[in-house]
Amino acid sequence: MKYIDEFQNPDLARRLLDEIRAAVTRPWALMEVCGGQTHSIIRHGIDQLLPPEIELIHGPGCPVCVTPLEMIDKALEIAMRPGVIFCSFGDMLRVPGTGRDLFQVRGQGGDVRVVYSPLDALRIAEENPEREVVFFGIGFETTAPPNAMTVHQARKRNIRNFSLLVSHVRVPPAIDAIMRSPDCRVQGFLAAGHVCSVMGTAEYPDLARRHRVPIVVTGFEPLDVLEGVRRTVLQLERGEHTVENAYQRAVTAEGNPAAQAMLSDVFEITDRAWRGIGAIPDSGWRLSERYRDHDAEYRFSVEGIDTREPAECRSGEVLQGLLKPNECEAFGTTCTPRSPLGATMVSSEGACAAYYLYRRLDGATPGRRPAASARMTSGTPSPATASLEGSPLA
Amino acid sequence: MCLAVPGRVLDVEDRDGTRMATVDFGGVVKEVCLEYLPDLKPGEYAIVHVGFALQKLDEESAKRTLELFETLGLLQEEFADPWEAAEAELSEWQTQDDVHGEARP
Repeated sequence: MKYIDEFQNPDLARRLLDEIRAAVTRPWALMEVCGGQTHSIIRHGIDQLLPPEIELIHGPGCPVCVTPLEMIDKALEIAMRPGVIFCSFGDMLRVPGTGRDLFQVRGQGGDVRVVYSPLDALRIAEENPEREVVFFGIGFETTAPPNAMTVHQARKRNIRNFSLLVSHVRVPPAIDAIMRSPDCRVQGFLAAGHVCSVMGTAEYPDLARRHRVPIVVTGFEPLDVLEGVRRTVLQLERGEHTVENAYQRAVTAEGNPAAQAMLSDVFEITDRAWRGIGAIPDSGWRLSERYRDHDAEYRFSVEGIDTREPAECRSGEVLQGLLKPNECEAFGTTCTPRSPLGATMVSSEGACAAYYLYRRLDGATPGRRPAASARMTSGTPSPATASLEGSPLA
Repeated sequence: MCLAVPGRVLDVEDRDGTRMATVDFGGVVKEVCLEYLPDLKPGEYAIVHVGFALQKLDEESAKRTLELFETLGLLQEEFADPWEAAEAELSEWQTQDDVHGEARP
């Protein structure tokens, strides 16, 4: 019980762990899909508090990490063009493309600006009618609706110098691809809570049935994760494979219908490449024909970019749960957050960054809290002690 | 970026045909688009992601999460200047690298 006293409600955590221990009769491998969950797990040593039969496999749920290198290179290329104001969320600044990142592009004279919201980028476009303003639209189902609304607003208000570089991805096809892989060991999923707060749970029953895999919608605070594990294990032990919502305080079955409607209007589903994983059918969105004027890939000719994945980066295997970050030879040696080979090491939600930050330097090293000076990076999902006292953990 | 922060609606207005609100995130006040939660009223709480309210939240859950984020400095990080944050992060990692370097055999 090395870490459990760090939970704000250690009694509840103990109770959940006892229930999990009592239920487990054989080994189970569960995948947490959300990068925020990964950080919560590593930070609190949840994987080490669980009975040894339960293995947590880290999934591809970091939007920055899964953005393909080619798309990062397109962003860097556009950001260097004269007359362009390139807007992005702060998370993307240090993600390595082939040879450079947005941080360096600004140093080389590119007008790169960080915005809090895509609507800020639209305002910049309105204020600079003589410039081309491009916003880097990455992310899962949580981030896609704000970006869709922004393009919709640009169209409505006739702001023509605004375009979106779209690299949006969808979680359910990724789960499907993971389950179809011959190497797949995953027997249950902790689905990403915030994605479901937008999309609801309708996409999951079919996946659960087809792959005979329990899917439990889970939040990212430590007690949320324990509750997600508890419910998944109970299903597995009973031989069940249904969808459960363990994050009812933020997720309803129907999600946010207005956001879903806007997604369908502005975007259309397309095949999308995931960094290190490759193409997954129907796993992304692109702007629909009606909004093509606002598509940066069409507006700027950015084909023919020489994109080279660093050969020694194995983030693709990490993202598929085939390799733990500290099993990679480059981990902590040629690859560190200061000089990352791939996005998983630099993103605030990346699995490699989590392992590095919490000193999982090798497989045998038990996780330790970082030094007091260490802190999570900007935009990090709760690396927190849970504060769900009195909460039904619903 | 995946961090969605709970906030309390201070006031709501229609701006150029778009439903907007000022929202208080534990002391940091931001403009937030309510087009996806048009019924949200002053005093209510919602999960806000990149300037958009996405899902209502009960007051107790929202306050707990906000307190937690504030204690951890996450609110300041979420809303701080990202360039300064990135530079600070680089020097922080430098320190971390040194610590790791010492820890490695």
